[in-house]
Amino acid sequence: MPHRTVLAAFAAGALLASAACGSGFDDDSADTPQRSGPVSLQILIGSSGQAETTAVQEAAAKWASSSGNTATVTPAQDLTQQLGQAFAGDSPPDVFYVDAVRLADYASVGALEPYGDKISNPDDFYESLRTAFTYDGKLYCAPKDFSTLALVVNTDLWSKAGLTEADVPTTWDQLTSVSQKIKSSGTVPLALGDTRDRIGAFMVQAGGWITSADGKTATADSPENLQALQYVQGLLKNKYAQYPKALDAGWAGEAFGKGKAAMTIEGNWIKGALRADFPNVKYTVHPLPAGPKGQGTLSFTTCWGVAAKSKNKDAAVNFVEAMTTAEQQMTFAKAFGVMPSRQSAGAQFTQQYPDDKAFIDGAGYAQGPVNAPKMDSVLADFDTGLQGLANGDPKALLGRVQKNTESALGR
Amino acid sequence: MRTRSESLAGWLFVAPVVLILGVFLLLPILMALWVSLTGWNGQGSPFRSGVPFVGADNYTSLFTEDGLPRQDFMTSIRNNVYYVLLVVPAQTALALGLALVVNQRMLKRKGFFRTAFYFPSVTSSVAISVVFLFVFANSGAVNALLGAVGIDGPVWFDDSRGLIHVLLGTVGVDNPPGALANHSVLGLTWWDWVSGPSVAMCAIIVLVVWTTSGTFMLMFLAALQAIPQQVEEASLIDGANRWQRLRFVTIPMIRPTMFLVLTLGLISTWQVFDQIYVMSQGNPAKTTLTPAFLSYRTAFKDFEYGRGAAISFVLFLIIVVMTLVQRWMLRERRS
Repeated sequence: MPHRTVLAAFAAGALLASAACGSGFDDDSADTPQRSGPVSLQILIGSSGQAETTAVQEAAAKWASSSGNTATVTPAQDLTQQLGQAFAGDSPPDVFYVDAVRLADYASVGALEPYGDKISNPDDFYESLRTAFTYDGKLYCAPKDFSTLALVVNTDLWSKAGLTEADVPTTWDQLTSVSQKIKSSGTVPLALGDTRDRIGAFMVQAGGWITSADGKTATADSPENLQALQYVQGLLKNKYAQYPKALDAGWAGEAFGKGKAAMTIEGNWIKGALRADFPNVKYTVHPLPAGPKGQGTLSFTTCWGVAAKSKNKDAAVNFVEAMTTAEQQMTFAKAFGVMPSRQSAGAQFTQQYPDDKAFIDGAGYAQGPVNAPKMDSVLADFDTGLQGLANGDPKALLGRVQKNTESALGR
Repeated sequence: MRTRSESLAGWLFVAPVVLILGVFLLLPILMALWVSLTGWNGQGSPFRSGVPFVGADNYTSLFTEDGLPRQDFMTSIRNNVYYVLLVVPAQTALALGLALVVNQRMLKRKGFFRTAFYFPSVTSSVAISVVFLFVFANSGAVNALLGAVGIDGPVWFDDSRGLIHVLLGTVGVDNPPGALANHSVLGLTWWDWVSGPSVAMCAIIVLVVWTTSGTFMLMFLAALQAIPQQVEEASLIDGANRWQRLRFVTIPMIRPTMFLVLTLGLISTWQVFDQIYVMSQGNPAKTTLTPAFLSYRTAFKDFEYGRGAAISFVLFLIIVVMTLVQRWMLRERRS
């Protein structure tokens, strides 16, 4: 009897499978038929908060009424997962945010429409941002905005340690010496995030990075990277730098806001966070100290991706065009504190927000995220190693990253 | 004797259930099994013609190929083994203890205690996890308590040291002996295998034991109340003391419930996901990575849907084997 039950269940399952899978499961065609006339555009955003959602919704409504289309903006709960499901179900939104970290993953499987040549004046975007969204020689999407890392200094703790404006470190050596002074005044000198997204800046300053510029070769075990990690290890061992968790904070900005550290290395999002949670903290923003190979920082950026399977590609590109004008980008900057990705908006931005000069100037020497597919677990493993950097062996760590990167890139 | 029509009627009656189970249980499982044999990249349906069939590659990458996937998978297995070894006995013992306490005839206000002990089980695991994050924070209640008795509590969710490593450290073994550090099995050195659960994992273990023991207490309580009064009285007349009554009367009488509790405990501990997702995401240093969470991360973060599905099938096999082993160990022995 059990045998027959199983058999029957299998038969029922197979029957349903063939019925359910009969439609829509075999469209291999590269070109999705395009709709004409007024269209309804679906836009999925990974919003930083209500301010961003409202600003994008207003901009989309403006575009819709001027172009005669409709546009629906949906903020995602978990953008990566929702997009993954939408791609698997063959019903992706027309336009969506793509984090630079994810670009190669999406582009390599053909999920993105490379519309970079259709957008007007692409050279106006900062070069480091264009590089971040270029895969296999094609500019896939237009950068929405960007952030860079800078050195944020708590002015009260700074003067408490007997330091002045002139003491703000511009080199690694100076960073070490001011840290010494701050530590002897009884304050933790530097709150430093324990991931590649912060410590990686030191690697860039030493002239290294995890992959080559074209993202095709692993360069993790270079002497430059080793020098950088050894320097950071020195900071950690001397307690000149501490990870946020050791300071009882979720991230370095929180530790900084609570006054537990005199300096931190964070991006321009820290402004909004400090204003909201720690409005009384006084601080100034400076470029990161230069390493042996000069200045270096990391950039984080998101672009407006257009789905390769979208039925409204022309309208989608037209929408992105409207979202990335210098004027619209300044509106976004005012609404939720991001930096415009177009250089033509840069001057206006600096004029309006002079305190953010260090952040926006970073675009000139910033390194974008690793631009290669299948790297997420490799980089997560690197982060794991960095969490234990204080007592770890930097050379062995880089060797492991090198090995894993090679096998990820080789596939 | 059954007739043909009776048998047909029987099938008709069970048809709705067979259909529902087939569509929502069996079919997805078969689909996942297929995905685990492909290199599907998450674009369109996995049943198209263009999806590459890779055979057992996703499975071999977990067991035989030296690389990050195997290392991650074996780390997750190690973590989960320690987790199961600590959680299952602890929650069973605690649940039985609580059930014995609230089953006492002498106890006043039984209803209050039963509700209180059961309360963690009916609360959302996500909500409890978030509360525990605060309780175990650096300046949280646990460390404040430890501080009151002069112990400098650890940074719970940032402490990747294994418990066994810590214990060895107290007797002076800080660096791994060469024999353990230089030999590896399945991508992890022996030193890594014997690390024990990390401090962060211990916090999660405490949480899970606390939340689940209420449910199991209820099951034990039901079983205890089904034990006939006469049996207990007979053992009293025979002069059995308290411990002997528990060991030779009560526990044998509730053996089926014990089996149920242990089985449910084994299954749920191998599947632990919510707490990891909310509290640690596998950090620090991958010491709270579990196969269930790794499967999710591999599929939805790395777009390796095939390998993610393969991990979940291996996990399924582990659970089946563990349950069979435990069934065999708890079998009725003929003396």
